[in-house]
Amino acid sequence: MEKYNVYAARLLPKVDYLGSGHRACQGCGEVLAMRLVHKALGKNTIVASATGCMEIISSPYPESAWKVPWIHVAFENSAAVASGIEAGYKALMRKGKYPKRKINFVGYGGDGATADIGLQWLSGAMERGHDMVYVCYDNEAYMNTGIQRSSATPLGASTTTSPAGKASTGQQTWKKNMPEIIAAHNVPYVATVNPSYPFDMFQKVQKAAATPGPAYVHVYSSCPTGWRMRPELAVQIGRLATETGIFPLYEVENGVYRMTHEEGDLRPVRDYLKPQGRFRHLTDDLIDSIQARIRQDYRKLQLKVRMSQEERDGDE
Amino acid sequence: MPPSVDPKKPPQTLMQGNVAVAEAAIRVGCRFFGGYPITPSSEVMMRIAQLLRENNGTFIQMEDEIASICAVIGASWSGAKAMTATSGPGFSLMQEGLGYAYFTETPLVLVDVQRAGPATGQATHVAQGDVMQFKYGSHGDYYPIALAPWSVQELYDLTIRSFNLAEKYRVPVFLATDEAIGHARENIEIYEEFEIVDRVREGEGMPFGHDAPDGVPVMPAFGDGASLMVTGSTHNPQGFRKVDDPDVHNNLVTRLMRKTMDHVDDIVETEEYFLDDAEIAFFAFGISARTAVAAVRRLREKGVKAGLLRTRTLWPFPEKQITEVGKQVRALIVPELNKGMMASVARGYSQAPVHQINKTNGYVLEPEELIEYVEEELS
Repeated sequence: MEKYNVYAARLLPKVDYLGSGHRACQGCGEVLAMRLVHKALGKNTIVASATGCMEIISSPYPESAWKVPWIHVAFENSAAVASGIEAGYKALMRKGKYPKRKINFVGYGGDGATADIGLQWLSGAMERGHDMVYVCYDNEAYMNTGIQRSSATPLGASTTTSPAGKASTGQQTWKKNMPEIIAAHNVPYVATVNPSYPFDMFQKVQKAAATPGPAYVHVYSSCPTGWRMRPELAVQIGRLATETGIFPLYEVENGVYRMTHEEGDLRPVRDYLKPQGRFRHLTDDLIDSIQARIRQDYRKLQLKVRMSQEERDGDE
Repeated sequence: MPPSVDPKKPPQTLMQGNVAVAEAAIRVGCRFFGGYPITPSSEVMMRIAQLLRENNGTFIQMEDEIASICAVIGASWSGAKAMTATSGPGFSLMQEGLGYAYFTETPLVLVDVQRAGPATGQATHVAQGDVMQFKYGSHGDYYPIALAPWSVQELYDLTIRSFNLAEKYRVPVFLATDEAIGHARENIEIYEEFEIVDRVREGEGMPFGHDAPDGVPVMPAFGDGASLMVTGSTHNPQGFRKVDDPDVHNNLVTRLMRKTMDHVDDIVETEEYFLDDAEIAFFAFGISARTAVAAVRRLREKGVKAGLLRTRTLWPFPEKQITEVGKQVRALIVPELNKGMMASVARGYSQAPVHQINKTNGYVLEPEELIEYVEEELS
């Protein structure tokens, strides 16, 4: 979004590697993101997918939507499977059995598969340095099994296992910061992307694919079904997530932080929380405390960006 | 005609099977649940998340099934009655913890709402394919307890019994249910009073003692004053790690096996339907037993002397009962939603030839399928 301020679909590649006719819900922000990711990755891509919504909706015959090789193993291990595919290919290329060419080895997981059950597998893959891209589609709960909370569910959200009511105000813990956890692995590339900002997303995914070594892309994925909101708000809510500072768009390239979309004054988080049924029960006090924490986190990120700039300026 | 409403009977409540598990667990004193979402068991967790909150218990949604079973083990050693619920893929991940729980004599209840496997299989469809995993899921010799309900009422009742057996014998107990019963909605009767067994926390003997009466040693909780050491390595009666002594390992494994095997009569429960004059008999458990009882009734109408031996206990296996029925009938038929797991065990005890009817397409058996088999193969 640096160069453009309007989104025109014709500016993106026409060809799709995730076909239409899949079984995602109306207004699914996650599948919208996945389609864009594949426009950016292109044809030479092999996908290892974790269990989850995107596995379920894209694979059943006759609605199978994949036009690239795809493997689903289990819930926790897409990063490990992708590691194996990458290592196998590398060995066979080295031996001259396969022609040498650039292939995108991609691991997919939702927020549960990434931040909960699959975290150690992802950590292992990132640490080993495979030439792969891991994409986390974060819709902030286990939507596929019926909206159970995950460690990526935001504070205060009501889910079936963190239900809001007389005894509870919904999710009791702050969202786990996955991009930071992976950045701490010192991988060459980490980025947050949001399908409501398609060009920013497109460029970052391409960059992740072009990066030698492991890259991690964290995708904001709105979920009208699980978030209890109107399906037509899927894109708009994504905009609000970034405009309020809840989901800032940034990248970490070889340790250097950079905002790819700078917001001037952050909008109040209330604008983001209000249209979503999962936050309906929040009191003003709770919203204020969320607001304070969001500001604090955003400020921390800005400081990291500034520090990166200063370091770079110092080097020059 | 009996009156339509019996004033002595408690009122009927319409309940989903998985919800009944959560409700019963709370009634019998379960105060910890560690779990992870998996179809078709998630409703257990969703309901108990609310109930534990209302009953001063603790619910934790863990980060995966390995963590879930380990949290349950930890909670059990802290003194709480603890439970988890899962299905095939999650049950596979839990095997490490379950072997540990068995070896360290940690009481816990695991509800396995079976679905079609192996691997991810058919997440939303019924199966009875975990029969052998209950028995042999972990490495090494062990003999766990697995109960098999056939209705929502029994899910409720056997949840209570699972906790009681776990506490009584200090073992992990499996509640071996399936998608069809877990997701069924039926009227059930909820009794005001029932037996509740609690583990013995104080008393004579070592916490892992070889000479304990009934083979079940006392189980102090962490903080009860005993210097407690718990390990999955081979341990002596005090709980100290002792891996090089051949006798210690042999004694331990033998005692643990005998804890179940010496109490088979207390643990195993079967029911007989029309067996008195039966010439052929079905042997079934869970949802398939319901199919079988319907088939038996219709075969009786047709003049075929059919009967049913239903077991509520998968493990220990009802050896005696099968042997008895096997002497009486000319054929024993085992209908089940797998490729013949229970039938293969029954063959070891039945004098009569064991036939098997297997269905592995994600649907329950229909009575017609059983009747047809009898008419074509056994008339």
